[in-house]
Amino acid sequence: MGNLDINVAKLKKNAFRYSKVRGETASRIRIPGGVIDSKSLGRVVEIAEKYGNGVIDITNRQGIEIPGIRLEDVDKVNAEVQLIIDSLRINQTEEGKGYPASGTRNVIACPGARLCPFGCYDTTAFAQKMEKTIYPNDRHVKVAFTGCSNDCAKVRLADFGVIGMTEPQYNPDRCVACEQCIKYCRRRSVGALSLKNGKVVRDTAKCIGCGVCVTYCPTRAWTRSKEHYFRLVILGRTGKKNPRLAEDFIKWCDEESILKIAANTYAYIEEYIDPNAVEHKEHIGYIVDRTGFEKFKEYIFKDVTLNEKAEVAQRVYWGGKHYDQYGG
Amino acid sequence: MGYVLTQEGFSDAISQLRKTYRIFAPVRKKGAGRFTDVDAILYDEVNGSEEIELHEKSDYSAKEVLTPLSETLFYFTEGICKEADLDTRPVLLFLRSCDLHAMKRQDQIYLANGMEKDFFYQRRRELVHYVLIGCSHSFENCFCVDMKSNVSEDGYAFSVDEAEGMYRINVLDERLDAVFSTAATSKEEVVPAHVTQNEVHVRIPETIPAEIMKHPLWDEYTTRCIGCGRCNFVCPTCTCFTMQDVYYSDNGRVGERRRVGSSCMVDGYTNVAGGGQYRKTQGERMRFKVLHKILDFRKRFGYDMCVGCGRCDDVCGEYISYSNIINKVADAVDAMEKEGR
Repeated sequence: MGNLDINVAKLKKNAFRYSKVRGETASRIRIPGGVIDSKSLGRVVEIAEKYGNGVIDITNRQGIEIPGIRLEDVDKVNAEVQLIIDSLRINQTEEGKGYPASGTRNVIACPGARLCPFGCYDTTAFAQKMEKTIYPNDRHVKVAFTGCSNDCAKVRLADFGVIGMTEPQYNPDRCVACEQCIKYCRRRSVGALSLKNGKVVRDTAKCIGCGVCVTYCPTRAWTRSKEHYFRLVILGRTGKKNPRLAEDFIKWCDEESILKIAANTYAYIEEYIDPNAVEHKEHIGYIVDRTGFEKFKEYIFKDVTLNEKAEVAQRVYWGGKHYDQYGG
Repeated sequence: MGYVLTQEGFSDAISQLRKTYRIFAPVRKKGAGRFTDVDAILYDEVNGSEEIELHEKSDYSAKEVLTPLSETLFYFTEGICKEADLDTRPVLLFLRSCDLHAMKRQDQIYLANGMEKDFFYQRRRELVHYVLIGCSHSFENCFCVDMKSNVSEDGYAFSVDEAEGMYRINVLDERLDAVFSTAATSKEEVVPAHVTQNEVHVRIPETIPAEIMKHPLWDEYTTRCIGCGRCNFVCPTCTCFTMQDVYYSDNGRVGERRRVGSSCMVDGYTNVAGGGQYRKTQGERMRFKVLHKILDFRKRFGYDMCVGCGRCDDVCGEYISYSNIINKVADAVDAMEKEGR
């Protein structure tokens, strides 16, 4: 074995982990939307057995890490992950050289409407579209998609969290006042429905567009809107200083606007990121805390034409712990 | 008389018929299902032949055209009462053989069950002529053969079978011959397609002893059934309704009476004045429903209520199979008879 002389920054950018075990690394496989075909998964297994230690880590953000890889095998592993990169249609700058960036994290999605009865849209498809839009990029950005307000994907921990919504459509001619929508809205959701003169009234201000009424309606009096809508929540984060949940930003938002907003964020980061940030990495939220929300809005709304129904929060306030100010 | 039409010919015939009739048929409603991006096939008035869904079983039955889920019967204010208007144009209603047999059950309940005919049902019923959609194959959960509803030899104005772009029509109502003979490419004998075999079979006992009421087979449904009533709302033979007397909120002296569909599986169905409730558990409710379909109705009218369309099984979100319950009842009756001997 020769002397190890590794550019660690480049290694990390190439989606290999810096490991505490000297001489070892781990290959990080991107799986946008959390869906991987079984053939590609088979290739992950092959790499783990050939170059790793026979163990596969499932990551918190729906990716895979193959640990126990010798640093001198990085090029060989990069050659072998090519088929996985192709199969999952990951944007790449140079074929055979592995992943071109790791800053912008794997895009998360719950199973959504492909499987889940409550899912309001195809979360995986949207996640893959987002991946195509924002990757590769070195900036530390986390995007997550969840099918409904249950938020199984925990999108409120991401910089951009997308929550599926449907606008319930009511046909009073098919309603028999069985009141199951009212009951289930109260028990499983927010209690936005009530009965008036034998028909159901929806409190539009209270309704979160979860679609529970549609799911439980036995007569198709409630159906889903043709349009898929989204609640965009922003700038949630974990971490040491001020972990906090993402806050509501746009209700009844459309797909195109969300893609543009996420893409626009990068210009804002380039402009305002702390030049001395450790490893050039700073959560967007901390940058916004510094520049003010209006400056951030100015950047992200560039060339965005929101749909008519969209409701934008004029002011957004985040909570969370402030360990950096008040201690723990 | 039988006719063979091209797609264009069929489309023309429907356009021609629409000059006289309102046409109701199963229509694919995009995204109208319970779940995202899932369609539903519901009955609706159609504006042209292309809207008619001829190839799949509708999710809800044709009965909605005669007994709407929600129907205003009359309006009232002070001393005056006025029946709701009704479009009096004749109606052509497209349905499959099972649903046509089901309409006999609807007629039985609304027109020939006791002294009075139901006025509001009758005035709609008199406008309706049936169009039989042939069944070239059995659908999932169908058991029409065992319920003897797979064949309809009469009771329809004309039938339609589509295969490979050609429409085969058998006209029984001679007044419609003119429309079809003009639009047809040829005349020949047409027999509406019907199935002779289903995957699902049921065995209905001739007599069911009253002890079946206490049988433990019903118990599991107390926990499995969520009492949503979908099985009733999709059923072509269920006839239950309830009343709503509504007083308009801005003038409490004016209002209307509505008739809305109701379900023996949904909470509240057996509630009576004073707080009583006859069937409290879902198991008891399931027992009532099943025995009504295969026993009680037959005792009163001489034939079974259920027509075997299988929609209750299609729609049940809890995977409860009604046809399987019928067979469980048959097994239980067999066992009782053995014990008795």
